[in-house]
Amino acid sequence: MLSKKQARAFFLGGTLVTFLIFIGLTVYSLSESTDQTNHINLTAEVVRGKEIWESNNCMGCHTILGEGAYYAPELTKVVDRLNLKYNENGEEIIKGILMSKAPWQPNGRKMVAYGMSEQEAMDVIAFFKWIGEIDLNGFDRIVSPLAKDKINN
Amino acid sequence: MKYKSQKVAYWFFALSMLLLVLQITYGFIMGFARIGFDNLHDLIPFNTARAVHTNLLVVWLLSGFMGAAYYIIPEEAQKELVSVKLAYVQLISLALVGVIAVVGYHFNYWEGRKFLEIPRPLDYLVVVNVLLFLGIILTTLFKGKRRTTTALVLSMGLLFAALLYLPGMLQFDSQVTDSFFRWWVVHLWVEGVWELIMGGILSFLLIKLTGVDREVIEKWLYVIVGLTFLSGVLGTGHHYYYIGVNKIWLIVGGIFSALEPLAFLAMALFAVNMYRKGEKKHPNKLALYWTLGSAIVSFVGAGLLGFAHTLPQTNLYTHGTLVTAMHGHLAFWGAYAMIVLAIISYSLPNLTGRKLYESTRGRAAFWLANIGMIGMTVAFGVAGVAQVYLERKFGMEFMAVQKEISIHFVVLILCATLFTTGIVLYIIDFYKHGKPTDEALNINK
Repeated sequence: MLSKKQARAFFLGGTLVTFLIFIGLTVYSLSESTDQTNHINLTAEVVRGKEIWESNNCMGCHTILGEGAYYAPELTKVVDRLNLKYNENGEEIIKGILMSKAPWQPNGRKMVAYGMSEQEAMDVIAFFKWIGEIDLNGFDRIVSPLAKDKINN
Repeated sequence: MKYKSQKVAYWFFALSMLLLVLQITYGFIMGFARIGFDNLHDLIPFNTARAVHTNLLVVWLLSGFMGAAYYIIPEEAQKELVSVKLAYVQLISLALVGVIAVVGYHFNYWEGRKFLEIPRPLDYLVVVNVLLFLGIILTTLFKGKRRTTTALVLSMGLLFAALLYLPGMLQFDSQVTDSFFRWWVVHLWVEGVWELIMGGILSFLLIKLTGVDREVIEKWLYVIVGLTFLSGVLGTGHHYYYIGVNKIWLIVGGIFSALEPLAFLAMALFAVNMYRKGEKKHPNKLALYWTLGSAIVSFVGAGLLGFAHTLPQTNLYTHGTLVTAMHGHLAFWGAYAMIVLAIISYSLPNLTGRKLYESTRGRAAFWLANIGMIGMTVAFGVAGVAQVYLERKFGMEFMAVQKEISIHFVVLILCATLFTTGIVLYIIDFYKHGKPTDEALNINK
């Protein structure tokens, strides 16, 4: 039967081994050769966009890369999605929403009126565009093959 | 209570109860907003309510863990805390940081990173606070007469939890890298080191409540926390499937997170078996309810419901939907909220000398809170699965789907009312115990 000493060795040994593998995999997946984010396109504009995204806690309602609060739409490919819906005017629509001084209220669900400057809105759009180009291993708002076929036709 | 300094635990528990009530209040604000009653939007928009709701959860659980440590460590180390004064300073500063953060969230003062919204300057205060806490606990432990496995596992959990807060303070330009290290904190906390804390508290409670030999309980404690880390560390990969990092995580995360329920299953079997083996029947039945309840509900909430959407093939559909909220609620409730309520139920009669062991109110609190939370989990689950079908399979628009599923949030609010009734009864029980007193020292002798 297992002794307490063996149980402790299992705990310490297992933890050490898995943590070392974890560190190794972290280094591997964040290295340049495995980059899926087009890191070279990470411009100052995109970084400013990310700061605006964070300082207003946009993730507190929306999701991005599938992470957030599920109260407002996923924004990973928002520019493409709105381009499709509004006849290639996606960026203008987003700018309108971000710069609006009155609350945006689609289908009755309210969004805070941020009243951003044009530059700030452009930064956020640059951030969205950079996010939209990331290779997400197949994740999208619509993932089922049948639904994709239906939309493409 | 065997040591005078254990009394400080009471005030940490009281702070926990206060913050829990606030957390639930903000939960209701979000629930009502989801069914169209967002009259508070101008004062408390959804993102504020959400940040307050999740951060208060973290702070009240941490306060509960700290209280648990202040109660358990003197008894395990057989030594009074090295400084009660500093422990009170630590309590007040913890409450202050919590209050400043929560108030700040109402004025756009935050970091906007899910679960880690506390702004950077306050992060440093958190670090100082936690260092003070660890200083008191570890010095007491190492100056004490004995160092038990239970105390070591609990302290190790608290120490690692503090260390793992640091990757969350690193700054990155890339959203992907930012997210990657955010999960080092969030995942490795809740599916790693917090389980050490839970295991330590569980082990202490089982030793006290069942009378099973310490050596047997502590041996299995090592096996359980071993399984936790073996599966949980690489299981972090399930957060990396679809955020823009290498596909290797689909395999690694898939395999190891599929093993994660094993640790919780082991914990549930362990608690139930120790209870059956135990010859001592401790009169504090309520503490036993919460202890066994925590082990069993955490297996269902964290283990099974986690497994339900952890495989990459499933997660491709459920990532970024309310299915996550379903798992999150029952997992946190079972694993962490219930273990904190268990240690409170065990220690309160000892601290105050009032042995309210078997009140009807206490039993009602247990059942109402649990049935309410299970109902909430089902409501989130139904809403989440419907969202997956309508949005991810039929390609409907986000807001159109939200309208279709809003009825499930009516059910959610009803179940949450049941849950809240349970919590209110628990807090009335807490209050009825009265304050901790030195006289309790003699009563327990």
